Amino acid sequence: MRHFRLAVAQIAPTLGDLEKNLALHEKMARQAIEQSANLLVFPELSLTGYFLKDQVPSVALRADSPLLQRFRELSLRVAMVLGFVEEAPGHRFYNAAAYLEGGEIRHIHRKVYLPTYGIFDEARYLAAGDRIRAFDTALGRMAILICEDLWHPAAPAIAAWDGAEILICPSASPGRGLGQAEPFQNATTWERTLRTCGDLLTSYVVYANRVGYEDGACFWGGSEVVTPGGEPLAKARYLEEDLLLAEMDPGCLRRARVANPLLRDERMELTLRELSRIIQARQADGK
Amino acid sequence: MMNLQLNCETVRKVLIGFIDNEVRKAGFHRVVVGLSGGVDSALAASLAAEALGPENVWAILMPYRTSSPASAEHATMVVRALGIQHFSVEITPMLDAYFAQFPDADQMRRGNKMARERMTILFDHSARLGALVLGTSNKTELLLGYGTLHGDMASAVNPLGDLYKTQVRQLSRHLGVPAVIVEKQPSADLWEGQTDEAELGFTYEEVDKVLYLLVDQRYEVSEVAAAGLFDEKFVRAVARKIQTSQYKRRLPVIAKISSRTIDRDFRYARDWGR
Repeated sequence: MRHFRLAVAQIAPTLGDLEKNLALHEKMARQAIEQSANLLVFPELSLTGYFLKDQVPSVALRADSPLLQRFRELSLRVAMVLGFVEEAPGHRFYNAAAYLEGGEIRHIHRKVYLPTYGIFDEARYLAAGDRIRAFDTALGRMAILICEDLWHPAAPAIAAWDGAEILICPSASPGRGLGQAEPFQNATTWERTLRTCGDLLTSYVVYANRVGYEDGACFWGGSEVVTPGGEPLAKARYLEEDLLLAEMDPGCLRRARVANPLLRDERMELTLRELSRIIQARQADGK
Repeated sequence: MMNLQLNCETVRKVLIGFIDNEVRKAGFHRVVVGLSGGVDSALAASLAAEALGPENVWAILMPYRTSSPASAEHATMVVRALGIQHFSVEITPMLDAYFAQFPDADQMRRGNKMARERMTILFDHSARLGALVLGTSNKTELLLGYGTLHGDMASAVNPLGDLYKTQVRQLSRHLGVPAVIVEKQPSADLWEGQTDEAELGFTYEEVDKVLYLLVDQRYEVSEVAAAGLFDEKFVRAVARKIQTSQYKRRLPVIAKISSRTIDRDFRYARDWGR
């Protein structure tokens, strides 16, 4: 990776209103450019809002849609990660995030783990992605994992083993669970997860959460950037819109990997062998 | 296992944001709320005053001739403390005219009618003032079904529906609702001497803990009973109340005919496009 300035746009998109959200993205991009940011990360489904339900097909975009074309042009000035519903051939709809840079879409990640429990209903409306890939950018090697993807430890591990130095996690996390935790119980769990992820995978972790309300559910914000040592480097406000800035330092990544050569010592063949054994045993047991 | 303690400052912020956001998204900037003199409506009005400004909160006092004088006194106390707009609409003439035709109606029918009379007044003034009706039902009464369907349960936005009664009290203290209102015996005040706890047969302190375990923590009834903290009969009675009042928390059941039926397979967020 090289040294660069990162921005996270902690926004409150309007549910199902592409035009309004497009204008909001353009506004945030202008601010990020003013701040000399090299990369601007938006939250999950930033162009559409989250609890879309039956609106999914109505707001879906093909990767070559004119609306995304406007972002291609903007990406000549600042690289961007933005969230949208991707309509793929065969009319499958994905919860997707695109990395745009230098006028091109460099990578699209389709959310692999679709939460369908509790307040969530994603698998009812969306198709699940089937790959986790790191990709090269002008700023460094990165991977995108959308929200729930990060709650399956193998997903960020695969991304890091694939060479990602920076894990980007766009999210739309509704706050839930009260107690003395600030601001919600699940926010505390998220923060622990992000920092552990940075620490164990000796990678930068960029968490871009949204704010605002949909049907009474409150997205808690608190976006953060975690160093490869697992320390929070920058933290956005809870519950309010924000533009978070952070200086991303290749020296910090190097020092973390010198101090803890965990990725060097990874035993991927062992993992693969044991996984194959577990899968075979499960199939044999009919589990 | 039992944590009903709120981080009051965070909850205050979330609920103020909720009222501001949901009211404005619907194209309004005012609310109208029935102020009973009890802690729930006092808290809802306080939150709304902070979210929208006191000039945008309209409180309506709707006494019946048997209503406790303390109710009006306490409602007035809230109005003064918050500096919100207010007026009274006496419901005695409408109620008495109606029940003159049904003189043998029991207390429950009369109580329900009062709650629904108040609802029609709130919704009428909703149209008159361009103000959304602010709900005041808390999670305890919603789960127990201790409310009148299409009466006090009717509203456009409800900031309190996910807070148990004991949490409503915590938050009310935090927001400075007068202690006399927070500490008094809760009552629907539909007839003289009525109190919630006498009618329900248990205290809010007790039932909130059972509800928290059953609903929030997803304990099975047998597990709550086995923990030995509560009488098994009591736990079973609470679980039964939740189940039998489920209909009150749903739209009326619709006969399925077409390929796409409202709320079954026609599914949109209420905030659709907002």
